[in-house]
Order: sequence, then structure tokens, then C-alpha cells
Amino acid sequence: MSRKISMKQAINEALDLEMRRDPTVIVMGEDIVGGTGAHGEDDAWGGVLGVTKGLYAKHGNRLMDTPLSESAYIGAAVGAAACGLRPVAELMFMDFMGVCFDQIFNQAAKFRYMFGGKAETPVVIRGMVGAGFRAAAQHSQMLTPLFTHIPGLKVVCPSNAYDAKGLLIQSIRDNDPVIFCEHKNLYGLECEVPAESYAIPFGEANVLRDGDDVTIVSYGLTVHRALEAATALAKDGTEAEVIDLRTLSPIDWDTIVESVERTGRLVVVDEAHPRCNLATDIAAFVGQNAFGALKAGVQMVTAPHTPVPFAPSLEDLYVPSADSIASAVRRTLSPKGARSIAA
Amino acid sequence: MSQNPFPLDKADLLKAYRTMRTIRDFEERLHVDFAKGDIPGFVHLYAGEEACATGIMMHLNDNDRIASTHRGHGHCIAKGVDVHAMMAEIYGRSTGACRGKGGSMHIADLSKGMMGANGILGAGAPLICGAALAAKVRGDRGVGITFVGDGASNQGTFLESLNLAAVWNLPVVFVVENNGYAESTAMEWAVSCDSYVDRATGFGMPGVTVDGTDFFAVYEAAGEIIRRARDGGGPALLECNMVRFYGHFEGDAQTYRAKGELEAIRASRDCLTILSERVIEAGVVSRDELQAIDREVADRIEDAVRAAKAAPLPEASDLLTDVYVAY
Ligand SMILES: Cc1ncc(C[n+]2csc(CCOP(=O)(O)OP(=O)(O)O)c2C)c(N)n1
Ligand SMILES: [Mg+2]
Repeated sequence: MSRKISMKQAINEALDLEMRRDPTVIVMGEDIVGGTGAHGEDDAWGGVLGVTKGLYAKHGNRLMDTPLSESAYIGAAVGAAACGLRPVAELMFMDFMGVCFDQIFNQAAKFRYMFGGKAETPVVIRGMVGAGFRAAAQHSQMLTPLFTHIPGLKVVCPSNAYDAKGLLIQSIRDNDPVIFCEHKNLYGLECEVPAESYAIPFGEANVLRDGDDVTIVSYGLTVHRALEAATALAKDGTEAEVIDLRTLSPIDWDTIVESVERTGRLVVVDEAHPRCNLATDIAAFVGQNAFGALKAGVQMVTAPHTPVPFAPSLEDLYVPSADSIASAVRRTLSPKGARSIAA
Repeated sequence: MSQNPFPLDKADLLKAYRTMRTIRDFEERLHVDFAKGDIPGFVHLYAGEEACATGIMMHLNDNDRIASTHRGHGHCIAKGVDVHAMMAEIYGRSTGACRGKGGSMHIADLSKGMMGANGILGAGAPLICGAALAAKVRGDRGVGITFVGDGASNQGTFLESLNLAAVWNLPVVFVVENNGYAESTAMEWAVSCDSYVDRATGFGMPGVTVDGTDFFAVYEAAGEIIRRARDGGGPALLECNMVRFYGHFEGDAQTYRAKGELEAIRASRDCLTILSERVIEAGVVSRDELQAIDREVADRIEDAVRAAKAAPLPEASDLLTDVYVAY
């Protein structure tokens, strides 16, 4: 059975299904239940935006509120994972990674390698990413490139409810540490999602739109901007292929290269800052492995090299827009774009 | 009028009342305008907690530094940050305290010694150790005050800072604003020790707990430990027990509260009512004098909102400026 649900509901459902299936799955985070120790309603919050609402009624103490001590509870999730549980720890906003990163990148990410392949750390750290919520500089970042950089971490960033459910289920079942990035501006977006359980394998991009003229690669919120741009471009007769990466580590190089070999043009869109991000990563990979196929220089569309501004009027300029993506596509089509590679 | 039994002269009493009233009006206005949809983003109101910021800040000058929290409007106002600049910031205007780039959670005015509201819990404590270190190195008798919620008092950064400040004998006061909740989670559950005084003792510094809704209690306790820090006596912790009158942030349904809890605290623990009744009863200040301040403050807040709404938005080019000093 399939019905329309939001990405928020899809995440809730994935947690519910996995907790039912596997008693070693526990879920922890700040106010993910809410009202702990207080005298009002139980399950008063269900997470700051209500993502985990209702799970406490179904799973009781396997959902754990935490003190405001990310270093301690994220580390505890990592340690428990190394000892046989499958903890899903919520970092309300991924920006709070700054407080607890050691437990993730020096500990969780490295156990397996440092210990000569003997450790398994099946922990999931899930949290909100992305701009556009008027949440300002410390609650809006797209830190995905930081995580992708670290060997030993897997990095997921779904663009819709269907993928969020299947990818979160896979993340929980996966035996490596996973950073699961939820774009807060996609929480309300609905699509058809089967009620049953299903897992989407890592490293498989999704081709959302076919086209032979140009390849647009993105992930998360900007996938939707890319699709908008593709619709606009189609009116002028340009058919763009739109690829949603879904997982950033591992990444589906094959789908990207196969597409570029057909289209000869590549635009990479990343909501992260312009230096050392997914866009530069993919551009470099294609430059190295599919150079011969390129008819124009690769174009990158990213957020600027600035923190996220608060003022809505500035924040709206910050996130890559459909217009900026369409312009980038046009640059790859112009004779100048073509020359830039020949020169 | 009768003799003044308070540790402040009449002018300072009126100043304290004006500060507290300004914070209250500022926050209540935001509450109303947020509900109307006029205000973007997250807004955490300080209403109910005014006596704490005010009682402490009365002892500070512009050379003293404070590091604030996500619930920072009250700290800003009590430290002398211009309410017009604050309002414009919250509206995302170019005339804002941070030219619209920071928003409610990042208002700062370094010229007033206000080192910023902060979106990261516990982040202010290490920073204020640095401010105190700078004051100590310069020998300018400056002190640093960091505010931390009961929830954020569980952050490693906060606990590490207690130790660092004690080890370096820094002129720091750690103010725990204990309003009983961290978002929806009760302090009683989340903080493992019975009292913050015990925590302070564990880190080798004095700790004091006061009723944070009693302006005079805060004022007197803060005065003593700030003086001690200024004189080189080292850090201390001050716990202010207080109440927040609105949700964690605007839009919070507050179902974690017990039935009748909000009505009860508003009726019995309103720090503005408590202060005004005390000074009027003592015959030091008249109700008319306080009401005159109320009118003056209301006009000022009204004008700040009007000015913020009329102020220009930042220019598109502002997006790219202020990242570095030079690049
Ligand atoms: C490092 C970090 N973790 C979590 C949050 C999310 N958060 C913002 S305010 C808050 C509760 C803070 O409670 P408390 O410290 O008691 O301050 P209060 O809101 O009561 O003033 C939480 C969990 C954050 N901003 N930063
Ligand atoms: Mg609190």
C-alpha cells in the first residue's frame, strides 16, 4: 500500500519499522520525546519539529531524551554501537556537530581501520541541515562536504520522503557509521511512499529526469531547484538529465560518468560553500575520468563563501536558485563555454 | 517620602525598573508580532527573567564583557544595546545591530561589551574565559560574565570552563539562569546534582543560589561576587532561579508544563510586579513615577518597531561582505 506522506512522516515511519524489527535499535536525542521529568504531557515534543512524535507511545524507553551534552550522548551512541546496539542519535541541528565531532570523526569513523578491521560501529547520526529556514548562521549549514571528507563515515542526504524512508532503513541496517542529513525545508514535502519496509542501497543515484543535452547533478533541497531549472530549459528545447545523488559517501560515480558521456555537459549543484565540496569533487572526478566526453567546461552552482545570513532578503540569495542553475546550463551551451575547454 | 531601605539610590532604582520594563515590553511586542507573522526565524523570549540580567548588569560598565545565550534579548538590553538596533536586527534590516546578518540569536554590540547572543549552547563560557583573560593580562579590572541555561549547564564547554577559570584564577562569573526547563525537558531530571552550589564547590569556586525573580537578591549576590572577581579573587557561580513566561521559542505549545503552572508563575513570580510593589510599599518610588516610565518605554518600543519596519533591507552585495577583515 502506498500513500502520500511528508518526509517528516517518512522518517518517523522508518524509525518505527526498524525499532519493531530489531530490538537493538534505540533512538536518542534532545527532546526527541520531550517533557522528561516535567509534570505535563508525556511525549510533549517528539523532537523540535515533531519528527519523532508518537514513537514513545509505541516503543517507550527505547526512545531516550538526553541532557544537553552532545559530546557525551553522541559518544555514548558510538560506544553502544561498538558493543552491539544500533543507536540512532539525533543531533537536532547538524551545526551542533561542532560540539561533538571528535566522537564521530576521531572515534566512530576510525575504529574499524585502527583496530585492523575488527570493529563494527553501526551508529546513525541524524540531524537537520540546510538554509532557507531563517535560522541564521549557526542553524543552517550544509556541512555535508565535511563529513564526506572523512574515510569511515557514510553520508546520506535524501531529497524526498520516499528516499528518506528507504535510506534511513538502510542506514540503520548498515554496519558502518552513517551521517543522515535531513534538509529542514523538505520536511513538509509529500510524495507517494509505500507503507511497508524497504531499503534503498547506498551508492545508487536516482535519475529523476532524462535528457541528452546536459547533466545536472545535485542532492537534497537543490535537486528540486535543478528540476525546476530543467523544466524551464525544456521550453527552450534543452533537455537536461537530473541526477539526485542520494548518498554522498559512497557516491555513484558510474551514473554520473555514464550520463556525462552521453550529454557532454555537466552542471553540479551543491548547497554547501564553494570550496572543497561535492561540486568540486564531482567536477574533478569527471575531469579526470571523462575529460574526452566534455564539450564544455564543468559549471558549479553553490552557496557563496560566506556564513548563512539571517535577513530573509539575503538568505534567499544564498541558496542556489533555479535561475542560477539554468544560467549555468546555458553557459555550458554557449560557444564560449565550449571554447573554455578547447583552449 | 520615607527613608530608602534599598542598596540603590532612587535614580538607580528607577533605572533598574526602566531596564526591566523595556525588556518586558520588547519581548511582549515580539510575541504579538511573531504571531502575526511579521518576524522571521527563531525567537526565544526573556520575559519573566528580567530581574536576573538587570540585577547583574547594574554592576557592570562597558569595559566588562558578557557572553549571552540563544535567549539573549534581555542581556542585550540590560547591557545597554540600543533597542532600535536590536529590533531592526530581528526584522532583518540593514540598520540592525548586526546589519541584518545575525538575527535574534546573534545580536552583539562589542562596543558595549556584549559579545553576542549565541546559537550554540554552552559556547559562551570558554569565550568569556578569554575575555577575562584579556582583562587580566591588560590589568584593566574588567570582568567577564557568561550566562548559561540550566540545560546548557550540562555542556562540556561549560564544565571545562569552570575548571579553566578556577585554575587560571580568572575574573569570571558564571550565571546559571535556571528556569526549570531546557526546551521541554525538566532541569530536575537533566541536571544530576542537587544544587549548583555543589557543582561550583566541585570546581573549587564559591557558588550562590538566589531567587532570580527578586531583583534585590540578584543585585546583592551579584555585587559581591563581581567585586570579588574584579579584585582578583577569582571566579564564582551564581544560580538564579527563575521562570519563563512564554514557550521555549515562539510557537511552542508548552504541553510539558503542569496544568495551571503558567498562570501560577505569572501571578506569584512576576519579577516586575515584585520589584514595583517593594519600592512603592517602601514609599521610595510612587506608582505614578513607575507609570510614567511605562509610558515612556511603550513609546520607545513602538517607535523601534515602526523604525524597523521602515528601515531598508540589506543590499544584495552585503551577502558577500564581512567574511574576513582582509582576504
Ligand atoms: C549545542 C546545542 N545543542 C542544542 C541546541 C538546541 N537548543 C537551543 S535552546 C535549547 C534549550 C536550552 O535550555 P537552557 O539552557 O535551559 O536555556 P533556556 O532555553 O531555558 O533559557 C536547546 C536544546 C543548541 N542551540 N546548541
Ligand atoms: Mg532553561
